Amino acid sequence: MFAYIVRRLALMLVTLIGISIIIFVLLRVVPGNIVDILFDAAGFVDPTDKANLEKELGLNLPIYQQYLNWIGGLLHGDLGYSYVSEKPALQEILPRIPITARLAALALLFSASIGIPLGVLSAVHQGSKLDYTLRVVSLSGLSLPSFWLGLLILMASVSLFGSMPIYNPNPKTWTEAFAIYAVPAMAVGFRSAALTMRITRSSMLEILRQDYIRTARAKGASEASVNYRHALKNAILPVITVIGIEAAFLIGGLIVTETVFNIPGVARFLVEALRWRDYPIVQNLVMLIAVVVVVANFTVDMLYAAIDPRIRYGD
Amino acid sequence: MNEARKDDTILDVKNLQTVFFTNSGLFRAVDDVSFNVRRGETLAIVGESGCGKSVTALSVMRLVPDPPGRVVGGSVTLEGTDLLSLDEAEMRKIRGNRMSMIFQEPMTSLNPVMRIGDQITEVLRLHQEMTSKEAWAKAVEMLRLVRIPEPDRRAQEYPHQLSGGMRQRAMIAMALACRPALLIADEPTTALDVTIQAQILALIVDLQKTLGTGLILITHDLGVVAQTAQRVIVMYAGKKVEEATVEELFANPKHPYTRGLMASMPAVISFGAKTDARLNEIPGMVPSLTNLPPGCAFAPRCSLAIDRCRAEYPPLQEVDGDHFAACWRATELVGAP
Repeated sequence: MFAYIVRRLALMLVTLIGISIIIFVLLRVVPGNIVDILFDAAGFVDPTDKANLEKELGLNLPIYQQYLNWIGGLLHGDLGYSYVSEKPALQEILPRIPITARLAALALLFSASIGIPLGVLSAVHQGSKLDYTLRVVSLSGLSLPSFWLGLLILMASVSLFGSMPIYNPNPKTWTEAFAIYAVPAMAVGFRSAALTMRITRSSMLEILRQDYIRTARAKGASEASVNYRHALKNAILPVITVIGIEAAFLIGGLIVTETVFNIPGVARFLVEALRWRDYPIVQNLVMLIAVVVVVANFTVDMLYAAIDPRIRYGD
Repeated sequence: MNEARKDDTILDVKNLQTVFFTNSGLFRAVDDVSFNVRRGETLAIVGESGCGKSVTALSVMRLVPDPPGRVVGGSVTLEGTDLLSLDEAEMRKIRGNRMSMIFQEPMTSLNPVMRIGDQITEVLRLHQEMTSKEAWAKAVEMLRLVRIPEPDRRAQEYPHQLSGGMRQRAMIAMALACRPALLIADEPTTALDVTIQAQILALIVDLQKTLGTGLILITHDLGVVAQTAQRVIVMYAGKKVEEATVEELFANPKHPYTRGLMASMPAVISFGAKTDARLNEIPGMVPSLTNLPPGCAFAPRCSLAIDRCRAEYPPLQEVDGDHFAACWRATELVGAP
């Protein structure tokens, strides 16, 4: 087990190095850098000014040199300076992380706490009206893009309350906090909830046919105990996989949701930085996301072993 | 049936009818089946696959999956309680407590993510007032009773860490933990190695004697029946076609189907068969339950069938003292096949 974890950590490191190269190269393949964008806006271009600015930002160096500078800095905790704000990238990124993390955690919590029980309910009452209703709702959840859902929520809010929630870092009341965090989290988590529900349902249907479910009934266990204690614990593995993958995909949904709800989080910041070719911000943010995804995957695999005694990671 | 025997009856099943509603129509999986089990007695239910043995057992436990199945008639009385009139909550208090069941597949009948000890503890805590510590101690004691070596350690293990025979022992421990009056064993040894089969059977019979449990043993193996049961019922296409004591049935089978089953057993010296003789078989297949012939369901495969068999279903009649058979020609059949 210990050897397995060490090997996994080594693999994670290799993955992250690979991602750093890919994102670094991709960014520079995309036409134009911040200097081009600035000078294009100005209209008149003095080549020496441009060259000076590129030199100042280190963009004139060979690409491998630029990469090594970045990674070297990264290892020292130096993420470089934002081209746009000219502040340290770390200072720009750090305060935005809790905002996005809170949204993402709420969205995942929402999707698991809604998706899993409804999936169980749907499977247990397979073929009933409840099952069909839940399946239609989950299908709509999968079909509605989160930005559209977000817009609908904002429009509904305006027509119902005559106003819409505006981001405030220090909400004063519970309702305000709910409007600022929970509503966007639900908008982005609805899709995951729908997916979680579908996977839970199909996994439960499979498990409910197993012999040991009949054994549990033959012991005199109640339906609740059969469904949750015996069936769900066996059915949860694929659900965890999906939630793990969703945690990674969530960032895509968050970009749109943060934009729609005007939340100054990491996701929206990434898109803005990309527009300005603000390399230090984009590179480091993508690396941050990569770390989150890799760690999420690792956590899922460890959870497998914790839940299913048949899964043991050996050498 | 004399009075003394009646008093001892723990399970009395009368005219049980279980039907399944399927896309290809309604079929009677169990049709008008009656039997009883006395304290400490073993009743074997014999028949080939699909004849309704398991559904009979599940009907008694009221575990027939509904839909598509449903018990539509008859009565099931366990220790004086009419089970078919109980609601689900009352029924749960009886399952695993007054009667319990072990299944054919020990490999899949235990929950793979629960420790063996927890699975036994669960049934104890469902039916008896016990702290979790007491229940665990009792679970270990049960594992010792079913002769699992190192029960303390095994209780901590998960099903995948046990062999098939061990798992079936654990199932037996679980089924007997609350000292039920009735144990139903649905082909408990079919999935096991031959050497293990004998051990498990011996264990079941031994514990049954010690605990005085009534046992319904479902099997298609007449060898198992001969070793363990006192009485036998033979089922064919959802109906009971013969009932007798073991000695009587083997000495004097009255239904051609029973005779066919015996003739198709591999050579057993006591039957006087030659060891190099070709194995007999019953020609044809069990008829589809959705499309039964009007007369005797066995008639199409029966070498003794007459016109009456094809037209009219033979009622179950007492052909000898305590020996019942549903065959028009039962009285003509004498001796072992």
